[in-house]
Amino acid sequence: MTGKKGSARYTSFYQEPGRYKGILSWLMSTDHKRIGIMYTLALLSFFAAGACAGLLMRLSLIAPGKILSAQTYNEVFTVHGIIMIFLFVIPGIPVAFGNFFLPILIGARDVAFPRLNRLSWWLYLTGAAIIFLSLSLHGRPPDTGWTFYAPLSVESQANISVAVFGVFVLGFSSILTGLNFVTTVHRLRAPGMGWFRLPLFVWTLYATGWVQMLATPVLAITLVFIILGRFLGVGFFDPAKGGDPILYEHLFWIYSHPAVYIMLLPAMGIISEIIPVFSKERIFGYTAIALSAIAIASVGSLVWGHHMLTSGMSDTARVIFSLITFIVAVPSGVKVFNWVATLYKGSIVIVTPLLYALSFILLFSIGGLTGLIIGALAPNLKLHGTYFIVAHFHYVMFGGAGFAILAGLHYWFPKTTGRMYDEVKAKIGWLVLFIGFNALYFSMFILGYQGMPRRYFDYPPQYFTGHLVSTIGSWILAAGLIIIFGNLVRSAFKGKKAPANPWQGRTLEWQIPSPPPAENFEKLPVIRGDRYEVKRKG
Amino acid sequence: MGVDYEGKKIGMWMFLFTELLFFGGMFLLYSVFRYRFPLDFHAAAAHENVWLGSVNTFILLTSSFAIALAISAMRKGRSRLSASLQLATIGMGIAFLCIKSVEWATKIQLGLYPNSPVLLQKGPGEVLFFGLYYVMTGIHGLHVLIGICVIAFMVVLTRRKKITRQNPIKLENTGLYWHFVDIVWIYLFPLFYLIT
Repeated sequence: MTGKKGSARYTSFYQEPGRYKGILSWLMSTDHKRIGIMYTLALLSFFAAGACAGLLMRLSLIAPGKILSAQTYNEVFTVHGIIMIFLFVIPGIPVAFGNFFLPILIGARDVAFPRLNRLSWWLYLTGAAIIFLSLSLHGRPPDTGWTFYAPLSVESQANISVAVFGVFVLGFSSILTGLNFVTTVHRLRAPGMGWFRLPLFVWTLYATGWVQMLATPVLAITLVFIILGRFLGVGFFDPAKGGDPILYEHLFWIYSHPAVYIMLLPAMGIISEIIPVFSKERIFGYTAIALSAIAIASVGSLVWGHHMLTSGMSDTARVIFSLITFIVAVPSGVKVFNWVATLYKGSIVIVTPLLYALSFILLFSIGGLTGLIIGALAPNLKLHGTYFIVAHFHYVMFGGAGFAILAGLHYWFPKTTGRMYDEVKAKIGWLVLFIGFNALYFSMFILGYQGMPRRYFDYPPQYFTGHLVSTIGSWILAAGLIIIFGNLVRSAFKGKKAPANPWQGRTLEWQIPSPPPAENFEKLPVIRGDRYEVKRKG
Repeated sequence: MGVDYEGKKIGMWMFLFTELLFFGGMFLLYSVFRYRFPLDFHAAAAHENVWLGSVNTFILLTSSFAIALAISAMRKGRSRLSASLQLATIGMGIAFLCIKSVEWATKIQLGLYPNSPVLLQKGPGEVLFFGLYYVMTGIHGLHVLIGICVIAFMVVLTRRKKITRQNPIKLENTGLYWHFVDIVWIYLFPLFYLIT
């Protein structure tokens, strides 16, 4: 994507000569746009690796024991989880789109701490390298599941310490990104860009930044305890030494439930940007959407116990956690209603980003509402250990965060690359992906309801049909991904030249050339008049 | 573009929030285990040397005072005095670590360290107490060590006139970090030494 010719009037950030040449001009760059592009490419490569592990699991499940042994199956689902969660969805939207667009959206030239931003990127690469090292080192790859539950993670013979240390380094990267973004939003808004004129994507990144800062350190110290347990025999989670494995689960989920919102909040932000642009309407209930992001971030930090409803907690604690889980659904519902109200009577233009946004609303609603089923105490007892959870989780993570990432990739493609993607191929890709997705994961809801336990590599014959449908779905989904990314890669090099504002968007990124110049704005913009996000055209 | 003083301050405070939560995880474990095994904790704390702990508390508090003076001196433009006070802070930080290592060495000689045969003979609460003791003072000590390195860096920057009266933000943020490390110790000291 580098050798592109810019127009005569300006130099894009791709061509900007820096202090370094070649690959170093990227790795040493502090330009938030270059860092964003590098993150995007890295994320998508890891996504491809994680998807391959997922396909392998699905393949093994239609012929249990023939393709993967039980032990290898454990390793593959662990690797799938670690890569997808820690290397793809958690960093996901903030590091890729947040880096590229946050400064532009608030009218700034860069983030508050550009060199710290580069350090985050290096830490991310280091963490990823350490995780891949844990797969290839002498000994077995991690086999505990991505949650590293004690006591298994303390006693397992696999390379747990290396993988856990990689996650620790990634956590550092995530904390610094959150800190950077929150400071950026506080300090670098353009003149006139008041809090309630911020684009909604910025609001969600802001809320996400706080969650990253306040939740990740708890995970970090928990991971340190695992490493200390393995090397020094410190037994905080070992009942033989007075410790308690349930405490591990508490500490782990104090981080990892808020992490769900690290993945989802910015996804909701992208959807809130896309829907008004393609329905040619002002966003309905701007303030409610903005504040619901803060509400989700704060209430979402108090619901971790619903991951442990069957682990052994007092009944009082279970009732309270279940209740707060229901409460946290309210601000999510506020967002869904506002999106639908924005679409209502709008002049809807069906293009690929909107298709992803619409399917996001559907899939996220299914994921969210099934979340309430398992958040209620009685059904949780039946469903907690089953595929129902796996289906719910993938509807929220892939149908939610994943579809939003694809929405963002298409929506901002003209701006980041300066080229248009092929609309017809993109739509075909979306359709194939959507069909494959539902075949793959909806069958898991049914399997789970019938009682198929999660994490098992084998099962009684009555579950075969469900598994077969799911595996066929995984192939369709893979075909969809190949069409989508084939189209995007080809378009990045051969697509039509993109104008500055192909979608008639009103936010600031569309007011500057595609791809943006190195300094984003020649003169810092001054925001005037009505609320920025809801300003009518013309 | 000039230095964004406010922005850097905000950034540092937020970093300290994250540190607070990092230590928070350990304090959470401490509270749970002490609630479960109050008598064991009580008995185990008798092995701590209150005298050395008090001296260390005194040293660390004084070092915090020294770095606060270093910042005041810098604001008044007396950068040489500031550099000396920073060196004094480093000196006290090193003294703290020396005393800490003496304490650790004494305990290890007695066979009191995680997973040691002596320790595993004792009650579960005592095993946990010493586990927490080593982890929490160890990670705190690591923070002191990092602080010493950062202040040493600040001394160099002060001498090279990179930190000045007009631009003292790096030194001020270092000061904030050092105070944070100090405050953590103020909680560690009673929780491990004074609960007998």
